[in-house]
Amino acid sequence: MDFELSEDQVALCDGIRDLCQGRFDIDTVRGLADCGGVDRQLWSELADTGVFSLVVPEDEGGVGLGWAEAGLVFEQLGRALVPGPLVGTLLAAEVIDDAVVGFMERPYGPALVEYPEVIDALLVLDRNGVWRVDASELSVEAAQSVDPLTPVGRVDLLPQGEQLMDFCYGWANRAVFLNSALQVGLATGARELAVAYAQERQQFGKPIGQFQAIKHKCADMYSREEVARAALYYAGCVMDVTHGPGLPADPGGYLYFEGCTIELGDTLGDREHQELVRAVSGARILAAEAADHNGKDCVQVHGGMGFTWEIDAHLYLKRAWALTPQFGSLDRHADRIANLVGADPLGHAAPLG
Amino acid sequence: MDIRFSAEEIAFRDELRGWLKEVLPTLGDPPDSDDWTARRKWDTGWQRMLYDAGYAGINWPSEFGARGSTPTEHLIFLEETTRMGAPYVGMNFVGQLHAGPTLILEATPEQRARHLPAMLKGEEVWCQGFSEPNAGSDLASLSTRAIRDGDHYVVTGQKIWTSFGHVADYCELLVRTDQEAPKHRGITWLICPMDLPGIEVRPITTVAGSSEFCEVFFDEVRIPVENRVGDENDGWRVAMVTFSFERGTAFISELLGTMNQLAEMVDIARNTSRNGSSAWDDDEIRREIGRLQAEYDALWALTKRVVSQAQRTGMPGPGGSVFKLYYADVKKRMADLAHRMLEREALVLAEGSGDEQTGGDMVASRLYVLSLSIAAGTSEIQRNIIGERILGLPKER
Repeated sequence: MDFELSEDQVALCDGIRDLCQGRFDIDTVRGLADCGGVDRQLWSELADTGVFSLVVPEDEGGVGLGWAEAGLVFEQLGRALVPGPLVGTLLAAEVIDDAVVGFMERPYGPALVEYPEVIDALLVLDRNGVWRVDASELSVEAAQSVDPLTPVGRVDLLPQGEQLMDFCYGWANRAVFLNSALQVGLATGARELAVAYAQERQQFGKPIGQFQAIKHKCADMYSREEVARAALYYAGCVMDVTHGPGLPADPGGYLYFEGCTIELGDTLGDREHQELVRAVSGARILAAEAADHNGKDCVQVHGGMGFTWEIDAHLYLKRAWALTPQFGSLDRHADRIANLVGADPLGHAAPLG
Repeated sequence: MDIRFSAEEIAFRDELRGWLKEVLPTLGDPPDSDDWTARRKWDTGWQRMLYDAGYAGINWPSEFGARGSTPTEHLIFLEETTRMGAPYVGMNFVGQLHAGPTLILEATPEQRARHLPAMLKGEEVWCQGFSEPNAGSDLASLSTRAIRDGDHYVVTGQKIWTSFGHVADYCELLVRTDQEAPKHRGITWLICPMDLPGIEVRPITTVAGSSEFCEVFFDEVRIPVENRVGDENDGWRVAMVTFSFERGTAFISELLGTMNQLAEMVDIARNTSRNGSSAWDDDEIRREIGRLQAEYDALWALTKRVVSQAQRTGMPGPGGSVFKLYYADVKKRMADLAHRMLEREALVLAEGSGDEQTGGDMVASRLYVLSLSIAAGTSEIQRNIIGERILGLPKER
């Protein structure tokens, strides 16, 4: 066991962070609100860097890394507030060639579609499989999003679309995982902004970060973020050793879950499957709550300025609010975990979607 | 990042489990919590069994008689012993995890030879004489004074929160040897035999009704100078250097024990009637159990991260303060949830170790968890540490 980033993983994080700082500085990101959330040129730079083909095997033209690495990359994208249908575009990379792809669960009634002006296609997940809906098939009515960088539109009835595959359980988990990675990044970015302000802003002749009321709030922000990050990284590792596309068919080695040693082979056993669901849903709950709470605390630490459009605090919070109501509510994820740890394991691990 | 265990680590685990399966059934029932003679025999007897099987001092370097295991093997050891219900480190805590490591790093060869083997074999019980009534979070302001008189220090003062002080053979004692120096530079670390004349130990009754804490009074107690560890007035550094032994494993038994309790809570929920059904069918209760599980799983992942950092670099990452702060809060929420389920039954403390099905030990646990955000650095101090040392916010003073 070595549950700490490898040198390559550290280099990957640094590379993506540098890319974000260079190409997605906050002024650029704010400017993307004027073009539907995606600038094609910047988007293709992300694609050229391999952001969307991370988990596509090398012999199919991808980067050939695992989900743990995808999580690290998405964490950095969230930290930099990079907007756009990031999750859908990565998930779609294996099956279709479109450049900008949304991804959502098929709702029972009317749908709220994100980034409606810029997507080429929308992948829709339902109980019968994964479907591709062409953007031209969508009849979109404008709606105002709470997050200026997550534009949405109303669609009365999502077209059925073209079936790409039978229901694939893994898709929902992967979407939940990537969404959680973005949220951990948001929690980090909000904490960094708050701490920087607490160091610099003076009241009563002192930096406000010297007062325990502010210092302790910042410490709580960091704690939430670190605990969520541990859950996220663990989930990424479980995904990789149980069904990692970038890994050899037989990863070898052993996992150990609560009194049960599992020798890893190339098929996914029930026990590994349970651990996967539990790890992903757990990361989801902690990441979403860390992003929400850190967003709010970041506003609070900034005082009156935190309530202004000018300060970036609201952008973290609003993105968290846009990302949370996707791929199952937090209550549904808590249910999944409870049912797994209850006396009826697996049977009640209701699929999302 | 790799969460898989190696074949060697699995072999270590299998060997340990085999041994535990063999010896645990021979232990019999644990003693009553207020029978201190029997508790000492139980705790030190277990330490001796660990020693004979080669597991004692698993976190100590191999030259001092233990295995010299990796941090990951230490994690496996704590995981297996907790999951299989082996005795907790109990009153061997200070010797194994604090005084022992301090002696390894700072003591003379004579002092090490005198005490380390005895600690490993369960022949010496140690306690800690650090905190004082007026030196809690501000430990360095301690005022128990030691005046040099020939070959002895003459010690007068009072210590508090000394766990197992009334059972211990030795105390790791911090005293003030220089009244004039800055507070961190006038402290000395002494080995104090607890049977010296002038020592009086008074147990403190906690809110949980237990009495493992003590106050210890020193009235002109004569401690030989040869019992000093490190230089005179260098005791603060000696006390702090022990933390370099920390590998992020400090709360593993506690966390896994709590996860066992959460599994019991599922049974309690199923057996507690609520609105014509069971508490398990109450969405709010079931979901809170799911959330708590998610948070404990995350804390277990955080622990593995910190232990892996220790394995790589020899020093644990900053996750320790985060763990303690977060864990204290989550565990309080679990105790509160138990009370929401138990309703009127939450008034009843179980006899002895408690009956799991009625949740009696959950009631006691609700009292015990009050100490988690206080002991070993309050949550407020943890937040200061995170704010100042990790986030770089300005110090208050």
